Amino acid sequence: MTLTAPRASTRAAPAAPGRPRSTLARRLVPYGYLSPTVLLIVVLMVVPIVMVVGYSFRDNVIVQENSVFAGFANYTKVLTDPDFLAALRNTAVFISVSTVAHLVLGLTFAMMLNTQLLSGVTKAIFRIVYILPWLFTIAVIAVIWRLLFDPSGVVNYVLQTVGLVQQGVNWFGDPATALWAVTFVNIWSGYPFFMISLLAGLQGIPADLYEAAAVDGTNWWQRFRHVTLPQLRPVIISMAVLDLIWTSHQFALIWMTTGGGPLNSTEMLSTFTYKQAFSEYEFATASAAAVIVLLLTMVLAFFYVRSQRER
Amino acid sequence: MAAVKTRRTLAKAGVVTGLVLGGLFAGLPVLWMLSTSLKRNGEVFQSPPQLITEGFSFDAYREILGNGTQLRFFLNSYIVAFAVTILTLLVAVLAGYAFSRFRFPFQKTINAAIISVQAVPPITLVIPYFGLIVALGLYDTYAGLILTHMVFTLPYAIIMITAYLNTLPRELDESVKIDGGTGWTALWRILVPVSVPGLVAVGVYTFMISWNEYLFALTLTRTDDMRTVPIGIQLLMGQHSYEWNQMMAMSILGSVPVLVLFLLFQRRFVGGLTAGAVKT
Repeated sequence: MTLTAPRASTRAAPAAPGRPRSTLARRLVPYGYLSPTVLLIVVLMVVPIVMVVGYSFRDNVIVQENSVFAGFANYTKVLTDPDFLAALRNTAVFISVSTVAHLVLGLTFAMMLNTQLLSGVTKAIFRIVYILPWLFTIAVIAVIWRLLFDPSGVVNYVLQTVGLVQQGVNWFGDPATALWAVTFVNIWSGYPFFMISLLAGLQGIPADLYEAAAVDGTNWWQRFRHVTLPQLRPVIISMAVLDLIWTSHQFALIWMTTGGGPLNSTEMLSTFTYKQAFSEYEFATASAAAVIVLLLTMVLAFFYVRSQRER
Repeated sequence: MAAVKTRRTLAKAGVVTGLVLGGLFAGLPVLWMLSTSLKRNGEVFQSPPQLITEGFSFDAYREILGNGTQLRFFLNSYIVAFAVTILTLLVAVLAGYAFSRFRFPFQKTINAAIISVQAVPPITLVIPYFGLIVALGLYDTYAGLILTHMVFTLPYAIIMITAYLNTLPRELDESVKIDGGTGWTALWRILVPVSVPGLVAVGVYTFMISWNEYLFALTLTRTDDMRTVPIGIQLLMGQHSYEWNQMMAMSILGSVPVLVLFLLFQRRFVGGLTAGAVKT
């Protein structure tokens, strides 16, 4: 349906040669092409956001037909809930540690893959191996690491053999280690995206910059510090903001490894919200939490859009 | 001269060591998954661990492939991911054409809105979606999954396709218009065929997002007739009291489509991906 608009308006042109076609119809052409996108985004993005904001100010939504206006009661309830505050803290740790590690690993691996010392074929093989973790869906990554991190699994076997631990550690099941275990898995699964972008960035740095630096008698570290890093800065900034946003959305990995436990030690904003809605059926407080998550993300998104504009 | 050569050899040894260590970090967990899928379940936690055991067999794969419920999960994932890919490309080509070839009021605003959509947390949407999808009669249907997946595949696709179309000279469409064609024919006869490499990259990425999606599949479907592979893997964890070899076999089978697509289109895909992510 929506596709007929541009067709009709543009077809009119050759039928009336020499006469300027209707400017109104011509102005509407781009909107015609955009209409399927706009329709989808309005129905599945704008309307739902309005709905969830509406829910968050009401009591007993969805489960009861006659919900009443509740003001900020749901927000007060969520913001004073120790579980929510724990989720906020865990999410902050999870996303900041993950992003920094993604950047460090991604940059290190990208620079090794960009070396001039090895042949193209060797580098291509290594590149595929390095991208592997990114090609598996989170459900698969969750079961792989549940297997590896099992108390009698292979990671514990290796650590026991070299004497780092006395007996098998239940990495996902111990409140002391669970948050670090899920963060580690997230680091493993997420660095390749950074690596690919940074590798492209490295290959885009003009060679004469390095040649000029070499003529000046600089060492490796100085070239990294004064040529590589400044050249990669725009990529690094936008990737980091994007990664913070995406990592904060992470639900499946937590849900399938620890479920937010044990004792809230890996509860994230996403799992907290999900549980409120689909385990407790507290859709009103869940909506308030969902809106808070949205607002926090919008702050990050603001920086992302700005970093994109600067380029 | 000899000193320079020694330094070069040392540097090379250092890089190779680093690459091998990093490769083990990346690849060993994947190798262990493969190895476990070929064991008997009783051998999974044997000590010391072995890569290839006495019970080496493809039984776990036979179990999964002989199970109608599991096969249905695969069918569902293929239907949803292919539909999402085709519809996303179609809608994104139209939007990308508008952004690339027209200047119109609110262009910047609409573009910024599309970029921002990528940042909206799925968890925020899943609560209203639950109500909305039920109200639209799309709960536990392919259409419900396809539409909700598209919300997250479309923005990226539009950004990448716009960037790709921007690299094509305007003379291409002008030549069609001189021959009496319209913008519509220029788009489908000239621009789309020329853009195939870019569209392939976008398509592969779209397929991956849809194939991997978990939260909406978990919330908006209820029956085994509609569940997708990621949910199937999770269900396997619950019901079979940890048949690890089958879980790994299912995981590998569930990863094959994305692995194959990636290996086939690696060059284009990586190039297109970074073009979209780095310079929108």
